[in-house]
Amino acid sequence: MKRRKLDLAALPAKSAEEVDARLTVATPLRRLLNKVFPDHWSFLLGEIALYSFIVLLLSGTYLALFFDPSMEEVVYDGAYSPLRGIGMSRAFESALELSFEVRGGLFMRQMHHWAALLFMAAIVVHMFRVFFTGAFRKPRELNWIIGSLLFWIGFLAGFTGYGLPDDALSGTGLRIAHAIMLSIPVIGSWVASSFFGGEFPGTVIVPRMYIAHVLLIPGVLLGLISAHMGLLVKQKHTQWPGPGRTNDNVVGVRMFPGFAAKAGGFFMIVFAVIALMAGLFQINPIWIFGPYQAATVSSASQPDWYVMFLDGSTRLMPPWEIRLFGYTLPPLFWPTVALPGVLTMLPLLYPFIEARFLKDNQAHHLLQRPRDVPTRTALGAMAVAFWAVLTLSGGNDVIAEQFHISLNAMTWAGRIGLIVVPPLAYYIAYRVCLALQQHDREVLAHGVETGIIKRLPDGGFVEIHQPLAPLDAHGHPEPLEYLGAPVPKKMNRLGALLPTVRGFFYPIEKPAPPVRLDQPSEAPVSPAPARSEITTGS
Amino acid sequence: MSGADTQVRHGNDEAVDVSDPRLSRFDLVREGARRDGVEIVHYAPRFPVPGTKAEKRVERTIALFFMLTGLFATAFVVIFVAWHWEWHPGNNAGSWFTPLLGVSLALMLFCVGAAIIVFAKKLLPEEVAVQERHDGASPRDEQVLTGATLLNMADEAGLGRRPLLKGAIALGLAPVAAVPLVALGGMIDDPHDEDMYHKTGFDPEANGGNKVRLMRENLTPVRPEEISAGGQITVFPAIPHGATNQHADSPTLLIHLRQTDADELRRNLGHVPINEGDMYGNYVAYSKICTHAGCPASLYEQQTNRLLCPCHQSQFSITDNARPVFGPATRRLPMLPLEVDSEGFFVAKSDFEVPIGPGFWERA
Repeated sequence: MKRRKLDLAALPAKSAEEVDARLTVATPLRRLLNKVFPDHWSFLLGEIALYSFIVLLLSGTYLALFFDPSMEEVVYDGAYSPLRGIGMSRAFESALELSFEVRGGLFMRQMHHWAALLFMAAIVVHMFRVFFTGAFRKPRELNWIIGSLLFWIGFLAGFTGYGLPDDALSGTGLRIAHAIMLSIPVIGSWVASSFFGGEFPGTVIVPRMYIAHVLLIPGVLLGLISAHMGLLVKQKHTQWPGPGRTNDNVVGVRMFPGFAAKAGGFFMIVFAVIALMAGLFQINPIWIFGPYQAATVSSASQPDWYVMFLDGSTRLMPPWEIRLFGYTLPPLFWPTVALPGVLTMLPLLYPFIEARFLKDNQAHHLLQRPRDVPTRTALGAMAVAFWAVLTLSGGNDVIAEQFHISLNAMTWAGRIGLIVVPPLAYYIAYRVCLALQQHDREVLAHGVETGIIKRLPDGGFVEIHQPLAPLDAHGHPEPLEYLGAPVPKKMNRLGALLPTVRGFFYPIEKPAPPVRLDQPSEAPVSPAPARSEITTGS
Repeated sequence: MSGADTQVRHGNDEAVDVSDPRLSRFDLVREGARRDGVEIVHYAPRFPVPGTKAEKRVERTIALFFMLTGLFATAFVVIFVAWHWEWHPGNNAGSWFTPLLGVSLALMLFCVGAAIIVFAKKLLPEEVAVQERHDGASPRDEQVLTGATLLNMADEAGLGRRPLLKGAIALGLAPVAAVPLVALGGMIDDPHDEDMYHKTGFDPEANGGNKVRLMRENLTPVRPEEISAGGQITVFPAIPHGATNQHADSPTLLIHLRQTDADELRRNLGHVPINEGDMYGNYVAYSKICTHAGCPASLYEQQTNRLLCPCHQSQFSITDNARPVFGPATRRLPMLPLEVDSEGFFVAKSDFEVPIGPGFWERA
């Protein structure tokens, strides 16, 4: 029998044919590869969140190989000598083992924690981007809702992870969470005892948080992130207004190879930043905090940054307890249950509120510059200011200590600031938007400031403007309409300068010829004419 | 926008014969994109003349990044395997293990990322593609047909004219919904079973009817003369595991007041009738669990005679029945009734007389 020669060169094509014969994948695959993605730096923010999530899954799985979520009481006898002989839970002991007795374990722990902080930060900044540019408008309301939920699920993921090592900080956080559950009207005590399996802290809360942290919450996150990305692909990305860009197209690069390569490279960069922080910047040094003991706490007990706004709201809440008919509504309920409820629902409904208010039922695929929607931008600034006051108040004891301010004064500053600062932020943002709008119109009407000052015969000085439009018969620039895209405001933006010469030690391309004053320059803006001596003219 | 370097066929919807041998590979790419509703309007090589100095330079840059990637990957592996990583007190090789891992891994990732990005930005052709959106509602016909398909199912089921089925389904499936609820109900724990929120480790009933001694964290009982005036210690119920988290509601602050402060507190004791007789001499004991959110309210400001909770800065006046004077707390820290037993050690006369810790609905 003649042996068939294996043709290596034809192997990929042959295998692709075989796969396609079974899956009929050629058309959908090409459609995916040809999908067009618009390019803008602000579209990378969501990617940072996605990549941090991947790092979280990888590092978290590694940690789970060693961590033991048990509340069994043990006496430490491990490598970290200062804690030897101290009673602690098995969970805390295994977190110490992870840090000191697993090769590279501390690095992984820190990578997981930093990735979590970056994940939440990227979500928040990405949300700002989507909000301030109006990317949440029809038809993307559902994706906005999923995104908002992702913040809160990420919040839960962070909190349950923070609670696992059972160190002094995480136990304090749990104790407060217990009090928050207790504060819920009617069912509070039942909720708390059911979650904790009896009295605080009990022995089941850490294992329960563990299964939530490693299975339930990541599962939900994974599902929501998949839906988020699926909707993005289905609805296509928004884009900034610009030449050739309309509400009915997407202008950019195809996913393969341009976008995929850049995104893959960016993933590596994000991963690199997390790895660098994990190696160089200590985070959550549980061996310094020690095991959780109900009787001890240190000052400056701060939660992770994305929880601080709720800590702040709790600190600022005045002591108003409602007691009626023998029942109690503790003040803790308002800043920690009612406020997050409002903060969840209000953003979820915002796209519909805005559409209702503007009577806007159109689909929008072009982004808006924040200055062009002053009301929304001002509302957003107000929300950011509200959040910033709360977050700062979450660390008001540290601020008071560092800057030698009375702690009570900090609390009062926060209480007053929470009422005064947001409206102020609204007003300032609104005025700034209007001023920026006006400047855009001015440049469109009169041109770009050239920086060239001309002296008039009467001795006055005027700055010469470079008009953006051709001149009409009277020598005036034709009026230009503002189209929602950035207006060039510097001569560089108009290509007034020659391109820079490339090359590090010596030019790798022919440099631009030297400027000769007696000849027209290659640069669109000619240098000043040669000075001639001023004479009396006689 | 449309570059002069490529011939763009606007509005040409005729399908290209892909078997035409004259077509270049890029012609096929363009045709595939066209069929996917994508028009490649600009496609220009970064280096129109191959082999220029500038192109070589970009190649060298990318090659360098890939080589560095390999170098740092090797460094990571060597450090991970060979470094003395174990923890020892002080500054030694072990202290550098984690930073070195981080730096080598970060440099490796950065170099591979930079190589890919430089490759994409400097060597892949410059491209502008335009894809048409086909969003918005489906054609009306499609909506009608899908609606009919769905509604047909309801017609065929005919629950409207089959009331027996309707009732049977409702009655049959309602209990099914209760099954997972009941299964989850295993989590429910009655907080009033042992009235856990009203009792602490100082409850004599749980101690065989004997009054519970106060002890330090090191399990030793406390005599009044062991605390100097103005001093304070944290005490726990002297029962098994009394100082552990099993009795997280029991930590108590035992304070020996100075004479003037003690006199002031004795005058104020009448403000809270339930506290009458709970002091022992100049000694007073308050629950350490903050009535706001349960943190230990343990920072003792001697100057102002206040207890400060570091979590949310509630402040309690020691000389006025631990009245909350600032911050979000609304209730006084409960007082533990003190006395001294026959051997001269502090005991709790009874448990706390009001629930300790944060408020809840049923707490009157």
